[in-house]
Amino acid sequence: MSNLNNKADVAAIRSAFPILNDTTAYLDNAATTQKPVSVISAARNYYDTMNANPLRGLYKLSVAATDAYEGARSTVARFINARESEEIVFTRNTTESLNLLAYSYGMNFLKEGDEILISIMEHHSNMIPWQQTAKRTGAVLKYVDCDDQGKISVEAFEAAVSDRTRIVAMTQLSNVLGTLNDVKTFAAIAHRHGAVFIADGAQSVPHVPVDVQDLDVDFLAFSGHKMYAPMGIGVLYGKRELLEKMPPFLFGGEMIESVTREDAKFAEVPHKFEAGTVNAAGAVGLDAAIKFVRSIGFEAIEARENALTEYAFKKLAAIPHLHILGSGRPEDHHGILTFTIDDVHPHDVAYILDTKDIDVRAGHHCAQPLMKQFGVFSTTRASLSFYNTEEEIDRLAAALGELRKEMGYDDPAE
Amino acid sequence: MASTFYNEILTEHNIHPYHKHKLDGSNFSLEGVNPSCGDDIVLSLKIEDGKIVDGAYVGDGCAISQASADMMLDLVIGKTKEEAIRLKDIFLRMIKGEISEDEKKELEEASVLSDVSHMPARVKCAVLGWHTLEEILDEKPA
Repeated sequence: MSNLNNKADVAAIRSAFPILNDTTAYLDNAATTQKPVSVISAARNYYDTMNANPLRGLYKLSVAATDAYEGARSTVARFINARESEEIVFTRNTTESLNLLAYSYGMNFLKEGDEILISIMEHHSNMIPWQQTAKRTGAVLKYVDCDDQGKISVEAFEAAVSDRTRIVAMTQLSNVLGTLNDVKTFAAIAHRHGAVFIADGAQSVPHVPVDVQDLDVDFLAFSGHKMYAPMGIGVLYGKRELLEKMPPFLFGGEMIESVTREDAKFAEVPHKFEAGTVNAAGAVGLDAAIKFVRSIGFEAIEARENALTEYAFKKLAAIPHLHILGSGRPEDHHGILTFTIDDVHPHDVAYILDTKDIDVRAGHHCAQPLMKQFGVFSTTRASLSFYNTEEEIDRLAAALGELRKEMGYDDPAE
Repeated sequence: MASTFYNEILTEHNIHPYHKHKLDGSNFSLEGVNPSCGDDIVLSLKIEDGKIVDGAYVGDGCAISQASADMMLDLVIGKTKEEAIRLKDIFLRMIKGEISEDEKKELEEASVLSDVSHMPARVKCAVLGWHTLEEILDEKPA
């Protein structure tokens, strides 16, 4: 456990990230985080010292590659408290994990009249796969809405779920509003109706401790690259009994037991879901990223990120003509501040911030139906990590404060 | 502070556009949309005897998309179809970074958008009005 309570601690953490510097304020961590040197070195070391095709070679190098790859699987299992490593399937990213579920579970086990329930605050990657599943199976896609504070109430969820609901898929932490959904409660309600519960952990897993047994979710999808690991490695956790009854999503090498001219017997979980050569270096990088996160500890991460969020929320909320989407309480935002500025298009906002070396996201954040519910088409988002600093937030706030003037609006002096 | 190209010309055309209104008596009207960012304009032209005698637009979007449409209308109103098409070609080449200084002068205020050639994400904003104009002129033998 380390501490991030003072500038020296934060400076030490920042120095672990080769790309971070005092010039550029990187405030787009919900899109992807930067990578510490330990992660970059681990991935490189895999190629330098143990590269071979894992899971098939009979020579020492391939055994080393296999050990590294399977070791990463164990690290992930312990990180989210899965019962066993076999419940961890490596994918490319959250999107692929959710597509695996839609194709393998949704399209095989759903039929006409069944219902899929998702929330209005889903990222398109946890929405479009279910739209397609509904179209192909005749199931009905239903939505549970959030209130104007970005909260999904238990009452709203109870009203939306039914005995026809077969799948509930919901983000644990909104990539737009920063809302942390009570997936433990919602999963329990879903189970009472006989539905499986899929949690999208893309935004939550990097920032809050996630224990799949405690939450009792049936599936959890997340990406490595949003939690300091390389791009191209993602995770699908699934309860073993569910993964076992699901047919493979991709067919080919490394996912079979035996093959005849007509048929094939598939490998056991998780390998039946990992067709083709795997991203072993990515998995090794993820292993290192988890160790990096654990070396700081979620207690310190949450304390630091919540303090930064509160600092940023207060600074931004004080800027005239700036409106933060979702809750009016900083503690509900978990590092994510999405906002609009009167009369200035978010792409202009992001461009002007870029000229001041401040990196933010602008657009619809892959959540167009949510944007519509909040009556906006496009917004700007600043998203924080523990390695961000108060100085970076001061720069953001100063730039945003001057922005309307820079765009030619003649606001009266405050 | 780093200089931006959100200079007075651009912001003036965005905040106080000359041509952002409905056009009475227009005979050609077409919507142009960038679905990913929400830029949306409806361009209306009054074309008589092969000449753009009047034009206007309405819409929403980023400053670049709106100001570009306004500056375009400044340039093409009063021009023949052929002249407008020639200016359109120059503008689109400017956005690709492929024009001479003399050509740039022909674009008058619209030339402030030349920096967009270094901003790939903003190209579609800058060209929205011009592409909409192109579609009207290509399709309609006026």
